Amino acid sequence: MSKTLVWVEHDNASVKDATLSTITAASQLGEVTALVVGSGCDAAAAAAAQIAGVTKVLKADDAAYANTLAENVAPLIVTLMADYDAFLAPATSNGKNIAPRVAALLDVMQVSDILSVEGPKTFTRPIYAGNAIASVESSDAKLVITVRGTAFAKAAPTGGSAAVEAVSGAGEAGLSSFVGAEIAKNERPELTSAKIIVSGGRALKDSETFKQVIFPLADKLGAGVGASRAAVDAGYVPNDYQVGQTGKIVAPEIYIAVGISGAIQHLAGMKDSKTIIAINKDEDAPIFQVADLGLVADLFNAVPELVGKL
Amino acid sequence: MKILVPVKRVIDYNVKPRVKSDGTGVDLANVKMSMNPFDEIAVEEALRLREKGVATEVIAVSVGPAKAQETLRTALAMGADRAILVQTDDEVEPLAVAKLLKAIAEEEAPGLVILGKQAIEDDSHQPGQMLAALMGRPQGTFASKVEVSGDSVAVTREVDGGLETINLKLPAIVTTDLRLNEPRYASLPNIMKAKSKPLATKAPADYGVETAPRLKTLKVTEPAVRSAGVKVADVDALVAKLKELGVA
Ligand SMILES: Cc1cc2nc3c(=O)[nH]c(=O)nc-3n(C[C@H](O)[C@H](O)[C@H](O)COP(=O)(O)OP(=O)(O)OC[C@H]3O[C@@H](n4cnc5c(N)ncnc54)[C@H](O)[C@@H]3O)c2cc1C
Ligand SMILES: Nc1ncnc2c1ncn2[C@@H]1O[C@H](COP(=O)(O)O)[C@@H](O)[C@H]1O
Repeated sequence: MSKTLVWVEHDNASVKDATLSTITAASQLGEVTALVVGSGCDAAAAAAAQIAGVTKVLKADDAAYANTLAENVAPLIVTLMADYDAFLAPATSNGKNIAPRVAALLDVMQVSDILSVEGPKTFTRPIYAGNAIASVESSDAKLVITVRGTAFAKAAPTGGSAAVEAVSGAGEAGLSSFVGAEIAKNERPELTSAKIIVSGGRALKDSETFKQVIFPLADKLGAGVGASRAAVDAGYVPNDYQVGQTGKIVAPEIYIAVGISGAIQHLAGMKDSKTIIAINKDEDAPIFQVADLGLVADLFNAVPELVGKL
Repeated sequence: MKILVPVKRVIDYNVKPRVKSDGTGVDLANVKMSMNPFDEIAVEEALRLREKGVATEVIAVSVGPAKAQETLRTALAMGADRAILVQTDDEVEPLAVAKLLKAIAEEEAPGLVILGKQAIEDDSHQPGQMLAALMGRPQGTFASKVEVSGDSVAVTREVDGGLETINLKLPAIVTTDLRLNEPRYASLPNIMKAKSKPLATKAPADYGVETAPRLKTLKVTEPAVRSAGVKVADVDALVAKLKELGVA
């Protein structure tokens, strides 16, 4: 049975949901060791130890790992990989930043954004904005994989009782330093784990209008808020709201697209949602070709009315 | 300092790709091809750095078939100074692309290599990070702002949750995100001028790089298609449906 090492996405205190789907993917390949890298990450390591299916937790706690700079973190993972057959990371911005650096140092061709595990070395992955699914087989001795969160069920966050082992690496590589972050405070559910998402497009005019129209509907439904690229580029909302091929991939129970035309790049990010609802004034908008429920209407009338009637 | 910009020839982003009926891939016959949009952003950023006096020369590189010359000519028409085509009809995976880029970077010694964060065909998100790893250089991925000062570059990155800024020692590798800039269009005179700019053609073997794929594509299939559902008449009907779904 192969041994897998899974990158744990965390905020030092708790483990992010994306990790849970990655653990499910990893357990289809073999035994799962969870790797918690950070600075002051004891609580995250303790949380990782409880995830069902995790047999061991490795904790690398070092000031140099505080901001998960790839230059510092990748050599640590490469060293640890001497004892593992596969490294898996969620396809989050961290996973996408770090995994290829690890892969190159191991001289491995990474398998990105897998949708399923078909065999010990065979996986499916989306190509061409999800308009095609490739089934690929790796010939490398070790595997480096990023996992699409929406494609795998989440492992249960509790039920496990793995031992936590401290490990250390070279730490500071001296190539890069962290300057600062502007992390948007968001009281609403995170897009990648929200049950309902309300997304707004270019039609929302500006940041003020976006807030006035979309937020009340989202709040009424307890939904996360997303946006099209056009809405983000125009500055209505911050970049991490973008849903799509080159933004976040989401698959909520209900996705409500408001004033979004349905370009293939947008569809690539949300077409696996369970129920898609579209509100658009153009009855020929491509979004209606994938929507389970469509309302042809001016959103500036329809959305406030909907909020009032819910 | 020189800036190296790897550009990939890909299916145009407006085209909806069709899977071939024999399951071997996507039909690219008679399909419009263009420069990967993230690479246009990379070229633009390099040009702006040259215009600011930070960079002295912008070199575009592509790995691909003879037709990738067109993509390089586009980069030259936008304003790149010269181009290198590593010509091959084989499919070259990100790891091998990174190895070729490393060999070229060792010859050219650029202060920055600016790549796209992903190419819209394979969406692999790899060559930049791999190149940085192979060269032992820092990486600023998913950049929405790049500021060179002295011997370092500050890169603001689009990350889950918002933005993050890191400082990298030069030479460094940067990959572009959508908000970095809005690429210029090549003007007609510049398209004409680009025809006489230098474009060197090489082969992977010139760099001693083995490009045999590590991943074997077993088959390519269509994803499950969603079909259009129903249109509801008005907001009341939508509310009723939402109730059926257990919301509201
Ligand atoms: C490299 C690349 C990557 C990309 N990545 C992404 C991505 O990840 N995510 C993404 O979303 N896009 C992405 N795009 C952009 C994509 O191609 C589209 O341009 C974008 O999705 C369009 O956004 P939109 O639907 O909000 O705007 P538009 O296409 O302008 O659509 C606006 C819609 O609003 C409707 N409307 C207008 N007024 C009203 C009203 N009063 N009431 C009701 N409806 C109204 C219109 O009928 C129209 O359908 C990418 C593009 C490129 C080139
Ligand atoms: N064949 C290629 N030639 C030149 N650059 C490439 C090639 N393939 C990938 N790249 C670069 O790597 C980036 C990311 O591509 P990818 O991760 O392969 O989707 C692209 O935006 C290009 O900058």
